[in-house]
Amino acid sequence: MEWVVFVVVALAAIASALGLVIRPNPLHGALFLVANLFCVAVLYLMLRAEFLALAQVIVYAGAIMVLFIFAIMLLIPGRAEEGPDPLVRARRLALPLAAVLGIVVVLVAGYTGGPAPGAAPGGVGAIGRLLFTDYLFPFEVTSLLLLAALVGALTLAKRREAGGSRPIDSRVAAEGR
Amino acid sequence: MSVVPPAYYVGLSAILFTIGVVGVLVRRNPLVIFMSIELMLNAANLAFVAFGRAHGAADGQIIVFFVMTVAAAEVAVGLAIIVAIFRARFRINVDDLALMRW
Repeated sequence: MEWVVFVVVALAAIASALGLVIRPNPLHGALFLVANLFCVAVLYLMLRAEFLALAQVIVYAGAIMVLFIFAIMLLIPGRAEEGPDPLVRARRLALPLAAVLGIVVVLVAGYTGGPAPGAAPGGVGAIGRLLFTDYLFPFEVTSLLLLAALVGALTLAKRREAGGSRPIDSRVAAEGR
Repeated sequence: MSVVPPAYYVGLSAILFTIGVVGVLVRRNPLVIFMSIELMLNAANLAFVAFGRAHGAADGQIIVFFVMTVAAAEVAVGLAIIVAIFRARFRINVDDLALMRW
């Protein structure tokens, strides 16, 4: 039974990842990525990582992907990948190189990890205890990182007052879209 | 009791990571490249959880927690940069942004 769930979810994850890479429209790609994140959340549940499955859905599929879709809607770069590709030969080279990388990584991964142990590595309680004892310093550094990201994003998004570019709405209107 | 051995999860994460690498190499839209990076981060997270399960320790899940936080910070700053570039030049194509490349 668990094998059936694993195979179905794994195939869905691979298909949605391929959809992200193949589909030209970035909005479709974002929705494919949401599907992929949900599939990985199901795999977390099967690995007995309930806290991470919930955090995956809330933080990734909820917050981060909303940010992505917001940016896509704001920028509308749906027609961005048109015209001749100046690096087409380099891109053709990328596929066989990626295939070699994939084969090597899958082969290496096949040699790792034994059978699953009987005991699951604790629940939310164990994670919380570990987070606030052994990993307390990285946890505090994380708060500093989030503060830096907040300030950086605000600084970047702030509109220059004098001599800056026109607001984005008038530009989009001028483009005749 | 898990019937599927963790090695299969690690193999799946390797496949997802490779697909993310292909996305970064082949696509030209910075938003799609960014989403492919998220795919790669997610694949690495899956490997962390699978290894944690294989060793019966919760430390892998803690690392995934930190990776999620860093990914959130990265997305916030990265999308702000992309929006700023788009404001300045109105068309976004990573191959055009060669100003700082020698």
